[in-house]
Amino acid sequence: MSRVAIIDYGMGNLRSVAKAIEHVATSDTVVVTADPAEVLSADRVVFPGQGAMPDCMRELDARGLRPAVLEAARNKPFLGICIGQQMLFEHSEEGNVPGLGIFKGEVRRFPAERMVAADGSRLKVPHMGWNEVWHKQAHPLWAGIDDGARFYYVHSYYVDPADPAIVAASTDYGIPFTGAVAQANIFAIQFHPEKSAQAGLQLLSNFMSWKP
Amino acid sequence: MLAKRIIPCLDVSAGRVVKGVNFVELRDAGDPVEVARRYDEQGADEITFLDITASSDDRNIILHVVEQVAEQVFIPLTVGGGVRTVDDVRRLLNAGADKVSINTAAVNNPQVVADASGKVGSQCIVVAIDAKQVAPGKWEVFTHGGRNRTGLDAIEWARKVESLGAGEILLTSMDRDGTKNGFDLGLTRAVSDAVAIPVIASGGVGSLEHLADGVTQGRADAVLAASIFHFGEHTVREAKELMRARGIEVRL
Repeated sequence: MSRVAIIDYGMGNLRSVAKAIEHVATSDTVVVTADPAEVLSADRVVFPGQGAMPDCMRELDARGLRPAVLEAARNKPFLGICIGQQMLFEHSEEGNVPGLGIFKGEVRRFPAERMVAADGSRLKVPHMGWNEVWHKQAHPLWAGIDDGARFYYVHSYYVDPADPAIVAASTDYGIPFTGAVAQANIFAIQFHPEKSAQAGLQLLSNFMSWKP
Repeated sequence: MLAKRIIPCLDVSAGRVVKGVNFVELRDAGDPVEVARRYDEQGADEITFLDITASSDDRNIILHVVEQVAEQVFIPLTVGGGVRTVDDVRRLLNAGADKVSINTAAVNNPQVVADASGKVGSQCIVVAIDAKQVAPGKWEVFTHGGRNRTGLDAIEWARKVESLGAGEILLTSMDRDGTKNGFDLGLTRAVSDAVAIPVIASGGVGSLEHLADGVTQGRADAVLAASIFHFGEHTVREAKELMRARGIEVRL
């Protein structure tokens, strides 16, 4: 039995993430919180994010949550989702803002000139829908999930890590891009496990029992 | 590769799923949670709820419906119908919707699209466009179920809402809606080619082939249908199997 904190810094609805985790981890306690002390006392931490990264960074700092996020990312099982993944990097093209800098690398926008499908039609941005997630390393969070299983994505920017060793999954959309990164106690994904039906619930269940 | 999406659409009135019979009579078709769960099990990629509640007293009921569905069905949910303000958008997102669809309010006050996408992000904002053909290769935007013409050219309006921050377009042909003759493929193709955001084709689906045509000929990113799934004629899985057989990438 453990306690998971979902960090709430006012960017988007966290109810779906909370409900999905409650669904797979019925004996655990799920708290949605903006209180740094609650983040620091939790056993595991989920760092979500929605909207634009500059707004997310601003709201995180406005609530004084940056130190707690950095601390949790040092030693707790830590799951970044969507903008919560992007914010772990050094810098984003979106609004030209710095991120938390836990990982070296840049958050980039899908390049318009590469957004062409095999039949010559235009690939739309946002990249919205179910795409294949190809594993780039073995990881406990992939347990029970097929290589190439589809997850739900909705985003216009993606992370480009400086260190290829942290890439945990890749997805193709005009270009191959990094869908997941992993290092020690951190696992961070661009797609939305809380909206990815069975595969997503399996990943969340794996996170809740993960002992990095 | 990204899969093309199949989206069943449910009309909800006062908290119940309803089906139109002969366009007038509404028949109760069940509990939204149960219907949504059934579509999820069939492999629906998203679910759209259209709130057609007539009485304004009952409008908050949709929030409870969304809360209940979002607690049990873990795929994206879009909600539309009567969304007028940024507050309406926020309330639906907080209840558990992933995307909110704005139709008439966007025509009356385009700024609401910019304000809403600025507040909650483009990815949450769908603009619904109801269009009718007015000349060869020319379509006009209508509101109020096709009764009121707006003078707006559908393709220009699609580009306009994209520039205002819409993340997706739900495009319904009012000429085809309810006919079962298939999507207006010319309209779908014209709008899809005109914008860089995803387009959902809607209106007129009478067979599974129509869904595939919407993707291959209309170049839609997603296809929406109501009656062919509601009345048990076909399952979402059957639709996907046919699409895959026609070479379309789907999640099966």
